[in-house]
Amino acid sequence: MEFFKDANIDFLGKKWYFLAFSLIFSVAGVLSMLFWHGIPLGVDFRGGTLVYVKFSKAPDTNAIRAQLDRAGLKDFRIQQYGPAANDEVLVALDVRKTSEQALDQGKAQIIKALETNVPQGKVDLNNASSLTISNYLLEKDPLRAGTEANQRYAAITQAIVGYRDKTRGGVLSSLDELKSVTDPAVVASLNDGFYLSEFGVRNVEIVGPQVGKQLRNQALWAILYSLLGMLVYLWFRFEWIYGLAAVVTVFHDTLITVGAFSLANKEISLTVIAAILTLVGYSNNDTIVIFDRIRENIKLMRREKLADIVNRSINQTLSRTILTAGLTFLTVLALYLFGGEVLHGFSFALVIGILIGTYSSIAIAAPILVAYQEWRAGRGKRPIAMPVDTGKRVEKVKAKA
Amino acid sequence: MTKNLTWKLVLIVATLLFFLFGIFGVPNNWSGKGLISAITDRIHLGLDLRGGTHLILQVKVNDAISVDSDAAMERLKEALRTAKINYADISKPDPASNPDRIVIKGVPPESSGDLRSIATDRLAEYDLASGPENTWVITMKPQLMASLKNQAVTQAIETIRNRIDQLGVSEPVIQEHGLGQYQILVQLPGVDDPARVKEIMQSTAMLEIRQVFGGPYNSEQEAIQGQPGGSLPMDAMLMQGKRTPDGQQTWYVVARTSAVTGRDLRDARPGQDRNGMPAVSFNLTGEGGRKFYTFTSAHVGDNLGVVLDGRVQSVARINDAIRDSGIIEGRFTEQEVKDQSMVLRSGALPAGIAYLEERTVGPSLGADSIRSGVRAAVIGMVAVLIFMLVYYRGAGINADVALILNLIILLGFLGFSGATLTLPGIAGVILTIGMGVDSNVLIFERIREELRNGKTPASAVDQGFSHAWITIVDTHVTTIVSAFILFIFGTGPVRGFAVTLTFGLLANLFTAVFVSRVVFDWILSRKQRGEALSI
Repeated sequence: MEFFKDANIDFLGKKWYFLAFSLIFSVAGVLSMLFWHGIPLGVDFRGGTLVYVKFSKAPDTNAIRAQLDRAGLKDFRIQQYGPAANDEVLVALDVRKTSEQALDQGKAQIIKALETNVPQGKVDLNNASSLTISNYLLEKDPLRAGTEANQRYAAITQAIVGYRDKTRGGVLSSLDELKSVTDPAVVASLNDGFYLSEFGVRNVEIVGPQVGKQLRNQALWAILYSLLGMLVYLWFRFEWIYGLAAVVTVFHDTLITVGAFSLANKEISLTVIAAILTLVGYSNNDTIVIFDRIRENIKLMRREKLADIVNRSINQTLSRTILTAGLTFLTVLALYLFGGEVLHGFSFALVIGILIGTYSSIAIAAPILVAYQEWRAGRGKRPIAMPVDTGKRVEKVKAKA
Repeated sequence: MTKNLTWKLVLIVATLLFFLFGIFGVPNNWSGKGLISAITDRIHLGLDLRGGTHLILQVKVNDAISVDSDAAMERLKEALRTAKINYADISKPDPASNPDRIVIKGVPPESSGDLRSIATDRLAEYDLASGPENTWVITMKPQLMASLKNQAVTQAIETIRNRIDQLGVSEPVIQEHGLGQYQILVQLPGVDDPARVKEIMQSTAMLEIRQVFGGPYNSEQEAIQGQPGGSLPMDAMLMQGKRTPDGQQTWYVVARTSAVTGRDLRDARPGQDRNGMPAVSFNLTGEGGRKFYTFTSAHVGDNLGVVLDGRVQSVARINDAIRDSGIIEGRFTEQEVKDQSMVLRSGALPAGIAYLEERTVGPSLGADSIRSGVRAAVIGMVAVLIFMLVYYRGAGINADVALILNLIILLGFLGFSGATLTLPGIAGVILTIGMGVDSNVLIFERIREELRNGKTPASAVDQGFSHAWITIVDTHVTTIVSAFILFIFGTGPVRGFAVTLTFGLLANLFTAVFVSRVVFDWILSRKQRGEALSI
């Protein structure tokens, strides 16, 4: 089975279509960033309080909103988190409510507001820590464990907490469910001291304003150094124009990816930045493969026009380019579809990035090379895209002979 | 040729076994569950997969500077008094942002020489400069300030580590965070009750013993009026005490400086007071004991207050000199006394801490994340394996073997190095599969091209590998450089990603080039002359 055997597509000829395509998406992205959704920054960069809550049955966001209102919380956001079947909700507080004086105050307020109908003197088992449960069991001693009490109750607590968290996703609906992991006597005893609320807190992220600023700076430096590193490496391995073409390509890819986040209103977190840097590496790889082939062909086809050489190189590597893109895309798609909610932003960036990165090596990097050479030729200068060392070696041989 | 091949095959099998050991160790039992527990023992899971608490603390280093400069101020006042030099005022004009800056006003010009010599003598770590209108400004020497600040952070890390150790958290991470920002990173896997941990870490547990001039009063005004002359003496300040049972806040008038601080503490244990109620009994160090003895001898008949975290806990009369032990009593519960002793024992926090970031991953989320991550990895891997078989036929088997070996080496690397596997790390594994197979594609495409140009299978394989090699190196190096930058600038989960990506690509260099080549050579050696290569 073989795709693209003997392909001979005139890629450079289509460069205006490519340019138009890229322009449309870039401009759409930029417009969205400036005027529509802006650049949606995640809590890592903006600061704030995020509490992820899972409910035992489908949550009623309006009712929750009313509860939080009643508790006096203002300026909060509630949204469904993940697929509806998860029954998960995200409550977000602005960074202004998240000061370093009392960093977790917002979280405490949210949890308190969600606890309705608290029976007198009972603790919520869905949000109790292992220590609370084991201390309680040690005190009540339902199994009359005697000297072994510490170990037995520690093991029972672990079983209960493990069942609640790993099997039931953090929320129990009824204490009877615990009968499958421990003694009915223990369950009866728990019934006296604990009740079950409708929710369990799955995840909490609280980022103060200072850290938010630090992370923003770190992300920017990382991107800058990455681009610099690339430019230097390519300059060293090829000619400087190759390096420049690659950097412009990568910039184009990043712009369109961030634009996609803006258009889809998805948040950019630290892991998304990691994904973007990875796709920068990937796009670069792609570009290098084509550049390597161009360089090889320049040595072989010295008499032909650069445009023809480049076209031929792209066609020769087309099979490999599409295959790699396809295979990597397959794996990244698996991540996007099956990898869970936490990695969603990350995998979205990679899905877009792989497609755009592959496209840009052909549609942006190669035409830049040719355009530059034609511009130099137009001004009567020697074409620089030809590697200088080839010329030198030939000169030396001629001189000796 | 065959001999070389045998050695190479042996090397590959040895590598396989070596890295399998890295993943599993030697499992206790070979069932499914046994193997899974063997893996989780060897491979270190990050917080986002295990559940736990992640905190970033800011050490308020200015506090540490204040302690030193407050003491310096007292020494200066005493020295000036002894030398009978008059002054109008000695104070810190801006203690919040310049905790080391002391301004002296109203020293008569003829005493400036004496002032200078006192400063050189008693305040060696400070610089004295003259200011406008007959004032003098004392600031701490910059190196000293920097070293005090760094010391504060190091000591805070030690203290926090002690406290966390006593809590019995397994594999906590406590280390300096960031560059020069005096921040500490604390990661506590498996801790599902961050509130209690924060309480234990937070309390500066500053134990001080100060002279008490008056109290308890019901309000600040009452306290001030209760003093001779209706105002606070120069060396006294107001301090809160405990609340009365009906919630009333009490106030005391205490000395500005302490006779004994937490640094002089050697031990603290739960004990009992005279009435058998829970109390904390403490012992002082030799040096601390000496200081305390001097102080108490000079103040027999006065009142002493035990101050914990800036609150007066209890007051007692000094009947005679005390050397080195005492009791902190108050309405404590057993648990409070236990916690309090532990906090005191683990050393005093040299400065206050503030929380900058808090993340708590519930274990349910951690378990779900592992499930989703592994599921996505398996699906991705199977999709790639099948595709390679279909597209490249016989050579597809070659690629698949290389890919599986790649995965084993990568996981083995993780097991051996003790690097942390995070959720983005699992994504890195998935990405390695996709990018790793690229090397195989490069080589196979080249081989196909050479075969099309009429080369023999052996020659095509040779050409394929040698042409593709340089491109493979290029692409791997650039991605590893990206990963390196991510490692430097990234936080925990992102670092996990950088690590698996790097290990995976390094492993790929071995499997896609060496192992694939060996497999091809082995296949070729078994073919008859002229037989086609399945690719």
